[in-house]
Amino acid sequence: MNLRELTHTEERLCEGHRLCAGCAEPIIARQVLMATDKPVVVANATGCFEVSTTIYPFTAWNVPWIHTAFENAPATISGVEAAYNSLKRQGKLEGEIKFVAFGGDGATYDIGLQSLSGAIERGHDFLYVCFNNEAYMNTGIQRSGATQKGASTTTCPAGSCIPGKREFPKDLTRIIIAHDIPYAAQASPHNWKDLIEKSRKGIETHGPAFINVVSPCPRGWRHDSSQTIAISKLAVETCVWPLYEYENGEWRLTGESLRIAEGSKEKRPVSEWLSSQGRFKHLTKGKFTSVADEIQANVDKKWGELLKLSKM
Amino acid sequence: MSKPIAVNGDTAIAMAWKQINPDVVAAYPITPQTIIVEAYSDYVADGLVDTEYICAESEHSALSICVGSSAAGARVATATASAGLAFMWEMLYVSASMRTPIVMAVANRTLSGPINIHCDHSDAMGARDSGWLQIFGENVQEAYDNTLMAFRIAENMKVRLPIMTCLDGFIITHALERFEPLEDEKAKAFVGPYQPVRPLLDVKSPTTYGPIAMPEYYYEIKYQLVTAMANAMDVARQVMAEYGELTGRRYDLVEGYRTEDAEYLMVAMGSTAGTVRFVVDQLRAEGKKVGAVKVRLFRPFPTEDLVALLRGKKAVAVLDRAMSPGTGAPLYMDVVEAASQIGSPPRISNYIYGLGGRDIMPEQLSSVFGEIIEGRGERVNYLGVRK
Amino acid sequence: MADEGSSSLPLGGMIIEPGNSRRYRTGEWRSQRPEVDKEKCTNCLTCWIYCPDNSVLVENEKMMGFKYSHCKGCGICANQCPAKAITMREEGVE
Repeated sequence: MNLRELTHTEERLCEGHRLCAGCAEPIIARQVLMATDKPVVVANATGCFEVSTTIYPFTAWNVPWIHTAFENAPATISGVEAAYNSLKRQGKLEGEIKFVAFGGDGATYDIGLQSLSGAIERGHDFLYVCFNNEAYMNTGIQRSGATQKGASTTTCPAGSCIPGKREFPKDLTRIIIAHDIPYAAQASPHNWKDLIEKSRKGIETHGPAFINVVSPCPRGWRHDSSQTIAISKLAVETCVWPLYEYENGEWRLTGESLRIAEGSKEKRPVSEWLSSQGRFKHLTKGKFTSVADEIQANVDKKWGELLKLSKM
Repeated sequence: MSKPIAVNGDTAIAMAWKQINPDVVAAYPITPQTIIVEAYSDYVADGLVDTEYICAESEHSALSICVGSSAAGARVATATASAGLAFMWEMLYVSASMRTPIVMAVANRTLSGPINIHCDHSDAMGARDSGWLQIFGENVQEAYDNTLMAFRIAENMKVRLPIMTCLDGFIITHALERFEPLEDEKAKAFVGPYQPVRPLLDVKSPTTYGPIAMPEYYYEIKYQLVTAMANAMDVARQVMAEYGELTGRRYDLVEGYRTEDAEYLMVAMGSTAGTVRFVVDQLRAEGKKVGAVKVRLFRPFPTEDLVALLRGKKAVAVLDRAMSPGTGAPLYMDVVEAASQIGSPPRISNYIYGLGGRDIMPEQLSSVFGEIIEGRGERVNYLGVRK
Repeated sequence: MADEGSSSLPLGGMIIEPGNSRRYRTGEWRSQRPEVDKEKCTNCLTCWIYCPDNSVLVENEKMMGFKYSHCKGCGICANQCPAKAITMREEGVE
């Protein structure tokens, strides 16, 4: 796979959507949908990506697409896939179709977790992609279950007493893996080759697949719009967001994370990650710097666990 | 000819679905609906239907799955009750506005709290503004007949709206009654094959379903429901007439009983309509000029049909198996609105009864007639409650 | 304000013309525009894979400039270009 070849794939999400300049979500979606030549039907949870790509009477979608509500993209795509199975079995439909659902971290970690869990347990054949921008960005940067400890959001602001969010994020990828899902992965848009390969595996997997993708948000993370890809790379290089996959019961590090584990690449300090974004500004100096140490300790602990799981 | 058999209302609905053989059924168990999906699961397990049967992990997901399937191009059915319907609330509006003609059996049960599994109409009443069609049955036969007619009404190209086939929890869902199903081939021919509109699975004509509509478009998209509801009135009338030709069972949107020379009427929906007719016969034997009105189609509300029945009457009692604390109950409000079109309308009072499965006895209805004949009674009355 | 009536709109808010958002020109949002120096450009297509707005023009596997009708000027392409062939310039300044 190289970029020259990829330029021949059909653009399934087209320009004219109204996501912010520098938003990672359309970059991720483009890469995911480049991973197959087969016809695709897309479902979308409510969120930035959903509203900005389909402002009536305009749609940025060149493939069939459905949004019904916030918490139910997995159920909605389950229904589409169930209809496909039924109509195929009855001989009323020809040809192969793949099913992909997109949701933000609010839709995936929080309000839609039950729907996602149910759809995975039932074994529907679909790929679910989470754009993890670590807060409710569409409603204006509120705390979610994915928000990093110490991050300042509009509902867990850094004040004079409280240093932003007080809890670590839940490890959703591992919660999903606990379903004995056939395929799950973490990815980042800066490593397009890794993300497209994981998307290809997820789409081709028979049964449910899940990819959690770090999705920098210039507005919510307080960084320049030009830094989106650079920051997604830093997330991986600091091990804040390790790249790995879980396939047929095996854990495997990929990309830069594999090279860090093998010792051929430096593991950068979390302080670089924190100082790259305004949402962590209060942690870099003053009374809350100990929170930065706690974040580093937690990143190290999670990274250690991942090395063990990956038999590194 | 088909033979009469004895089954409960839930099983009769499952039998109707089996004849229709929907492409997808997605549901979540809840009393008193559960028998429907259990019976249907048996058909699936024995390979008697082509349906993809999805056991959802909640009612919200069940209806979301139904919307996805319907948009994809499938014929879809589901069933719920009470808290389950309440949990679907968000998706009721979405499914109606997205014009997915899902058929849903609602085994009418009250809403918590306190938690109670028995019959009243508060679940369906909470959904009355969602854009779903709502049809109520009086007994097992009607629960079955309404189901066959519901697919035809909902899927009609001039309608394309989801429909609730409502049956009283326990009173109809669990009571064994003799009923006559149609022969399979007759039922299939009556309902006909499903015709999707712009299905998602047509990958050659990609359709975007469920975009965001800002103020300059939202109202126009919503107004389509008004047009579809108006069309549904005529379509329902035609479908009922056709069903009558086929079966000899003649239904109407609103059905009057001994109303022609009546001076006093009692309006009801669901199983209580039979009790009202029983009481009408008793009072007629005593020479009282009373009649009964059964509302079969509650959404769209057949205002004109009701006006024709109410015109010239002295007083009307509207029985509501639901309440709207602080004002009159839903059926009453609609009847009053209909009556407002009459020059000198009858005096109309509201009788709220049977909440949480409380029995309604013929003597109570006799005394209601007594009250309205004598001009007594409040505007809104709470029948049988210990105050 | 839109002028289509309810009855002339497709059923239930469906959009039946795929990709018609192209008619909405997000390029008007831009305060800085990317410019490419084709002397330095190696056609590696890094800019293309990272563009959130499909606004890097590619023909025959070669980078051919920008779709200014839709480019929002985020600057990711300039930031990521390995050859430093892309520069962001203030809009309206020659």
